[in-house]
Amino acid sequence: MTTLALKDLNELPVRLASGHRLCAGCAESIIAKQVMMGSEDPLAVSCSTGCFEVSTTIFPYTSWNTPYIHTAFGNGAATCAGLESAFNALKRKGKITENINFVNFAGDGATYDIGLQALSGAMERGHRMVYVCLNNEAYMNTGIQRSSATTIGAQTTTSWPGSVSSGKKEYSKDLTQIMVAHNIPYVAQVSPHNWRDTVQKSQKAFNCGGPAFINAISPCPRGWRFPSDQTIAMAKLAVETCVWPLFEVVDGKYELTADSARIADGKVPKKPVTDWINAQGRYKHLLQDRWEPVIEQMQAEVDRRWEKLIKLADL
Amino acid sequence: MVQDIAINGDNAVALAWKQIDPDVCAAYPITPQTIIVEKFAEYVANGEVSTEFVCVESEHSALTLCTASASAGARTFTATASQGLAYMWEMLPITAAMRVPLIMAVANRAVSGPININNDHGDCMSARDCGWIQLFSENVQEAYDMSIVAPRIAEHVDVQLPVMVNLDGFVLTHAVERMTMVDTHVIKEFVGEHKPLYPLLDVKHPVSHGNMDGPDFYYPHKYQSVLAMNKALEVAQDVFDEFAKISGRQYKLVEEYLCDDAEIVAVILGSSFGTMKAAIDEMREAGIKVGAIMPRVFRPWPVADLAKCMKGKKAVVVFDKHLSIGAYGPMFPEVVAAASDLEKLPKMYNVIYGLGGADATVAGFKKAIEDVKSEKAEKVTYLGVKA
Repeated sequence: MTTLALKDLNELPVRLASGHRLCAGCAESIIAKQVMMGSEDPLAVSCSTGCFEVSTTIFPYTSWNTPYIHTAFGNGAATCAGLESAFNALKRKGKITENINFVNFAGDGATYDIGLQALSGAMERGHRMVYVCLNNEAYMNTGIQRSSATTIGAQTTTSWPGSVSSGKKEYSKDLTQIMVAHNIPYVAQVSPHNWRDTVQKSQKAFNCGGPAFINAISPCPRGWRFPSDQTIAMAKLAVETCVWPLFEVVDGKYELTADSARIADGKVPKKPVTDWINAQGRYKHLLQDRWEPVIEQMQAEVDRRWEKLIKLADL
Repeated sequence: MVQDIAINGDNAVALAWKQIDPDVCAAYPITPQTIIVEKFAEYVANGEVSTEFVCVESEHSALTLCTASASAGARTFTATASQGLAYMWEMLPITAAMRVPLIMAVANRAVSGPININNDHGDCMSARDCGWIQLFSENVQEAYDMSIVAPRIAEHVDVQLPVMVNLDGFVLTHAVERMTMVDTHVIKEFVGEHKPLYPLLDVKHPVSHGNMDGPDFYYPHKYQSVLAMNKALEVAQDVFDEFAKISGRQYKLVEEYLCDDAEIVAVILGSSFGTMKAAIDEMREAGIKVGAIMPRVFRPWPVADLAKCMKGKKAVVVFDKHLSIGAYGPMFPEVVAAASDLEKLPKMYNVIYGLGGADATVAGFKKAIEDVKSEKAEKVTYLGVKA
């Protein structure tokens, strides 16, 4: 199925039930639901340890109305690959007849940091699975510690702004590009504010016949310090400022999509990162005059990555 | 037709698994386990097995992938050693707690550091509290046989626990011995069709595996594993008895050698049991009444059978091929605990030997036991160490 009609999407089974224990305003369940709408076939889910895992499977309850597994933190990709390997074997032996799709959900800590090796291995081996990073740019489940996905200047509980510190010193790792370098059939960045773009990309990911990687910006009211009714607005702002461009790479070919395509075409203005910074408490300290160079650095890096992406998309 | 062949321990394990033809195997190379995966990869390449074979990027992923695969409902096996087992450590108790009946051969090797590739029991002993069943083999034949009985124990409906099949690195993995095969169709019938409980890929009956437990459930779930482990003792013996019918080789939870009239009993694991038997033969000729036992099953710990073998003995000497630095060898306190209900407690001694491949010799074993006999032995002896 490749329909994007809400009427049709509504017909799909509800795989993640309401009543889970994610924080108010958390983007993770929104993203997961959008991604899972991309699979018409039955779906088996694995989760790396993190907010999403903890909040949806506190025994004796489960929010999952579809096969689900969690093992540990740094091995979501290997866990998902295990399901897919079993499927291949059992399908071959005729013990399973229908198709099943596979998806792993993991936070940025589980993806950019501790789980990178397992992720890289699974992608290289070509398992037919979709790996989704719910990127809230820090270790939120343990209380907002910096990860390699945390942006420069952000306050976390291990990168405090202080008398001699402007928050996190380093730029975020550009993991999406690392995944593109694996030469897998499908890589994309998505944002939950554009459900149509996310569902469409997820459909492509599930149907690409091999490993796919989706990096989703996942605004976190607790960690980013914004009101919990502003999640979708925050996701939108990430794209409007080009802090989080929407694009896909199909068999190595780059294409900017949705809002980002319109910005690149000049149809919509690119907003300054100060809009992004002003909206979130984690950057509040940067508004002091002495940290102005950090804002400049941040804008320069956003511009550099954006320009590079436009070039790649023109190829 | 049963057939005698010359084969090393690693190839014997691979052969057993070829005959079983599992659904999934994921593994990562490490000396001295490597031959197992190399040989199995050859079977895959030649279409001699129907297994989904996954060459993962680490042991952590090997055990993760196997755990998920077994949860999904596939009969699954892997193999590792030493650092590989150490790297898997995070997953070991998770695999056991998820109650997946997967099988792992461990080519026992010292754990770094210093880095050392030779045999001791530092790897499996450091995994002893992880909730896995552990079987030990004295020779290549037993490594093969244990590989065949393992899935029957693991997959038993009342057990549902992972099993480690231990074989001593190099001493067994690389040593070519004479071995009697079991016919493939006999093995297939013995092992049977895999009937997984709550397989994850049964999409019509979705289940969640690996949920989070609060204190109200964590402890009860651990207790359920205790009950399963206790049950595994009985199941293991039943499976051994059944295996005897197809192979003519009878295994016991605790293997005995000349224990009945012995005054001193040595307790020892793995290939060194053979060396110990030779030492005992020589000491018997010299008139020393000594016997030996090998716990075939190290987890679950066969307390009652061990106690029976120690009843009425003057001394028990526990030979450990690993060391909990600052205390004893890992098996020693457990043997003492197993003996603690005896009316008269034998004198208990611990001998540490063979670390990092240090020689385990007939002469060394004799000396250690003769020192016990003449009451010259220390509580803990570091056999053959040059200070």
